Amino acid sequence: MTGALAFDIAHMLAGGLVLASFMLLYQDRLHGLVNTYALHALVLTASVAWQAWAQGAPHLYITALVALVFKALVIPLALHRIIRRLGIHRDIENAVGTGLTMLTGMGLVALSMVVMLRVTAEADPLAREDLAMALAVVLLGLLMMVTRRNAIGQVVGFMSLENGLVLAAAGARGMPLVVEISVAFSVLVAFIVIGIVLFRIRERFDTVDVGALDDFRGERR
Amino acid sequence: MQAGAALLVVVGVLLGIAALAVALARRPRAYRIVYAASLAASLAGFAIALTALLSNAASFVVLPLGLPWVGARFAVDALSAFFLAVVNLGGAAASLYGLGYGRHEEAQHRVLPFYPAFLAGMNLVVLAADAFTFLLSWEFMSLASWALVLAHHREAENRRAATVYLVMASFGTMALLLAFGLMAGAGGDYSFAAIRAAERAPLAASLALVLALLGAGSKAGLVPLHVWLPLAHPAAPSHVSALMSGVMTKVAVYGFIRIVFDLVGEPAWWAALVLIALGGISAVLGILHALMERDLKRLLAFSTIENIGIVFACLGLALAFRANAMEWAAALALTAALFHVFNHALFKSLLFFGAGAVLTATGSRDMERLGGLIHRMPATALFFLVGALAISALPPLNGFISEWLAFQAILQSPALDGWGLKIAVPALGGMLALAAALAAACFVRAFGVAFLGRPRAPEAAEAKEVDRFSLAAMAGLALICLLAGILPGFVIDALAPVTRLAVSGAMPIQAELPWLSIVPITEGRSSYNGLLVFLFIAISGFGSAAVIHRFASRRLRRAPAWDCGFPVPAAATQYSAGGFAQPFRRIFGATLFAARDEVTMPPPGDMRPARLVTIIHDPIWERAYVPLAGAVDRLAGSLNRLQFLTIRRYLTLVFLFLVALLLVLALWT
Amino acid sequence: MILDIAVQGAQMVLVLALAPLLTGFVRKVKARLTRRQGPSLIQPYRDLARLMRKDAVVAEGASWLFRAAPYIVFAATWVAAALVPTFAAGLVFSWSADLIAIIALLGTARFFLALAGMDIGTAFGGIGSSREMMISSFAEPAMMLTMFALALVAGSTQLATVSSVLATPEVGLRVSLAMALIALVIVALAEHARIPVDNPATHLELTMVHEAMVLEYSGRHLAMIELAAMLKLVLYISLIACVFVPWGIAPSGAGLGAFAAGALLWLVKLAAGGFLLGLFETSIAKMRVFRVPDFLGVALMLGLLGTLLLFVSRSL
Repeated sequence: MTGALAFDIAHMLAGGLVLASFMLLYQDRLHGLVNTYALHALVLTASVAWQAWAQGAPHLYITALVALVFKALVIPLALHRIIRRLGIHRDIENAVGTGLTMLTGMGLVALSMVVMLRVTAEADPLAREDLAMALAVVLLGLLMMVTRRNAIGQVVGFMSLENGLVLAAAGARGMPLVVEISVAFSVLVAFIVIGIVLFRIRERFDTVDVGALDDFRGERR
Repeated sequence: MQAGAALLVVVGVLLGIAALAVALARRPRAYRIVYAASLAASLAGFAIALTALLSNAASFVVLPLGLPWVGARFAVDALSAFFLAVVNLGGAAASLYGLGYGRHEEAQHRVLPFYPAFLAGMNLVVLAADAFTFLLSWEFMSLASWALVLAHHREAENRRAATVYLVMASFGTMALLLAFGLMAGAGGDYSFAAIRAAERAPLAASLALVLALLGAGSKAGLVPLHVWLPLAHPAAPSHVSALMSGVMTKVAVYGFIRIVFDLVGEPAWWAALVLIALGGISAVLGILHALMERDLKRLLAFSTIENIGIVFACLGLALAFRANAMEWAAALALTAALFHVFNHALFKSLLFFGAGAVLTATGSRDMERLGGLIHRMPATALFFLVGALAISALPPLNGFISEWLAFQAILQSPALDGWGLKIAVPALGGMLALAAALAAACFVRAFGVAFLGRPRAPEAAEAKEVDRFSLAAMAGLALICLLAGILPGFVIDALAPVTRLAVSGAMPIQAELPWLSIVPITEGRSSYNGLLVFLFIAISGFGSAAVIHRFASRRLRRAPAWDCGFPVPAAATQYSAGGFAQPFRRIFGATLFAARDEVTMPPPGDMRPARLVTIIHDPIWERAYVPLAGAVDRLAGSLNRLQFLTIRRYLTLVFLFLVALLLVLALWT
Repeated sequence: MILDIAVQGAQMVLVLALAPLLTGFVRKVKARLTRRQGPSLIQPYRDLARLMRKDAVVAEGASWLFRAAPYIVFAATWVAAALVPTFAAGLVFSWSADLIAIIALLGTARFFLALAGMDIGTAFGGIGSSREMMISSFAEPAMMLTMFALALVAGSTQLATVSSVLATPEVGLRVSLAMALIALVIVALAEHARIPVDNPATHLELTMVHEAMVLEYSGRHLAMIELAAMLKLVLYISLIACVFVPWGIAPSGAGLGAFAAGALLWLVKLAAGGFLLGLFETSIAKMRVFRVPDFLGVALMLGLLGTLLLFVSRSL
């Protein structure tokens, strides 16, 4: 398979990840949000596996497997259970409207393309675009965290941000496995802690709306 | 004689008509004389300007008016010839319309003297070849149109419109004054030839560019300086509204092109970006405002803002291409802008004439009180339909040609370098496509609610067709719209001398292409043939009708409307203008205009009607202009205390000022 | 020269003749997928013939626009459909309208249809026109941006050039082309009044868009409008086929054998497109009207993203 086609497919998968991030932005139902996150993780798996094949780096297959098992299966299933037990499976409110969020997302994609393509002007031209899309995924994950009121939405945003980082690391050659394992474990630990905290919040305040928490911070507005 | 001298004679004739009108204005038939003479003068002016454009002859006249050591210079080159042709064509159409419409004007003495003066002022602005003459003519044009806006001064909203217009026009003139001052430099020679040749610091050039944008942009109606347009344009009589929207905004565009493309030399690198951004935003904001309006003339005024946005965006593209040494693409973008200038003058005048006819026949501009006019005023409805099709950029009419050229220019833009442009131009493409789709929606709404359906109020049920002069003016403009859409190659070829002057490049010659199609770059890249498309549609339409009538059936029966089996005779059940626009208010208006629909339903058993109130805010007016006006008020209030000082305080002021001036003299090296 | 004109004429006639067959095929697929027998494949021909023979019943308040609009809509749609390369590119008149002109011709048809909906002055017509213009205010820019992306990749807006450039292997698999494909499919669903945007088989005001506009039409007028809608389906599937599956289109100046092979391949592409459309329509439900802007907004964003990527980098 020629090099150009390999890069085209890599770009296609990276572009698919950006599209999945956009899909995450406009989900307003919690179950749909978690399923879209599972799709996000699946596209990441495909992208990392393709990079493993194209670069001839077999340890990336393990990264892909970790992504598949943890991020596409375990975490979404656990999130579905948490949502059902918290009883919040009705719908989400965004803090900002959908149209404005999508336009801001477009602006962030443009920004990340401009920044990446200027900063890496002397690097390999075809890998730069993958990095630009990875940066776009990171920024879109941050945007998602900023525009969600529900804590679960913010958690999913954080995890999609981390997916973007994995994509960047896999695109640039030579990401050692130990980094991936430690990142994966730290995400898992963070996730467990967040789950426990969510239950405690819900017990205490009867809601997981982070806006409601402001009233209890001790600063009157 | 030379074109310049001939046109000055025409201007003189118009000023003479204005003077005559002052004397005759109170007579009952005076309007006929004034408008007929203006028609003749404008037609002569159009013929002279067209000849000058096609022959690409330049001429130059100096008159011993004004300042004794300067004189007044007038010149005609390709750029001014084109705009003179547009101005005089619009003037001729408005005069022909006025021959019929003028009868219904009750304040003749407030309209007749200023109308020819307005035409003369616009011609003078385009003819001017030095800064003094330009600014004097610009002010003269503004004042004449201000007097016309104030023609029906008894209504409070007209007075308010005139006040806002006066303030914005003065601001614009001041900006232009400063711009010319910066461009001429310390040399003191204000003729355009001297300004063109002068060297200036880049900072001065950039500042002059910004000031020119403020000055010309405010007269043209570019966001955020557009606030006077929807107030003033509807307030004037309809033929004057057509002139203000269709022609005066183009004079402002001429001023901008003259300064930025001709006099300033190489503009700064960010100029194109600013123009593209402002143009795109004006296009989208203008048409969204138009969708929220129920007053026909305000809707048309907002639509002018949209079209001016398109023109300025194409001018920005032309600047960007010229700075990148792609002259052929710059010529394409500039041709798109100028073709749109020509088109907009035509179809906006046509639409305003139609709105004026509706106002004359029904006494109302409010779409919610119209309906069914296609039966009562069939000719007006047909011409308004042609105007609506043209402004929605639908083939085979002329609006589509300028939009097509603009998109072709956008498609050449990836070759531009500069990251700002690489992001701004695709965004502009999206905004122009969105504006075009919204314009179609807006004019489906305008034509559908006003002319189709059933009458919503008694005045619409008793409307009568207007007189034949008005209809003749509308018919002429509609015909030119169709011809320009079918035979665009001739217009593009006529614009070639203008683009050669402004960007040193031209599009390929269109007149020798087979079947009269247009090819903007090369044959393989893109082409369009308006004549063939029109012929195909006509043949398919008539052919299928003929075949079906011959072989299938041609019987027709009339029956009450089906309406799913529940026909309601009351006309209030049909869609209103507000109802048609509700999806747009909900999707676009909620974020941009903070639009809210409030419904108050009385409790069951209460006989009062339910009320639906739509609240729309104009964010630019409320966030920018109102605080500014408040700040000016407060400053003026605090300065007012200077009126009431004691004698000792006044003496102290004089003393301090004298000491300060002496200090300046002492320290200035 | 005479042969060229004959081939162009043959394409126009073929497009017109096959349009009802494609619609019948889609209905058959939908029926079979829901375990029904479904109407016969040539039922749309019979429907059109029946409508043509009947009297046209026109409301008392209708104007000349109401009676002329079906012919204008049909004419504009047929001209647009005839200019899309189906089995042969570079036909004699195919350079007279490019991608942008074809979209704009469909806009002309839609303008007149919306006006016809408002002509009688009933509430249903107003609903249809208002919703149709709302949908088009998203669908048309999305389509235009998709065309930009295609034109930027191919370096031309001529459909013949676009399809021949995209048939060469140097183009490769591009992200922007994938986005353009998804956006085009979404727009095609919206413009052809298919589920999930509109239900062509309902007459409930909650769910009508296209049907509401043509509620008052009957007889030959209704037949022309239905025929125009069928032509639109052929147009969209042919457009998607000639851009994204361009292999088999006979280049200009080829012989009759190439034309015949191209025509056969075109029929296969139409059938595949019709099958996929039927499959998609059967598997999802119709959206609420105010979710449609979100759905079309996706197409708009994809088109904008694809164009942006092509501006920023030549290889995307």
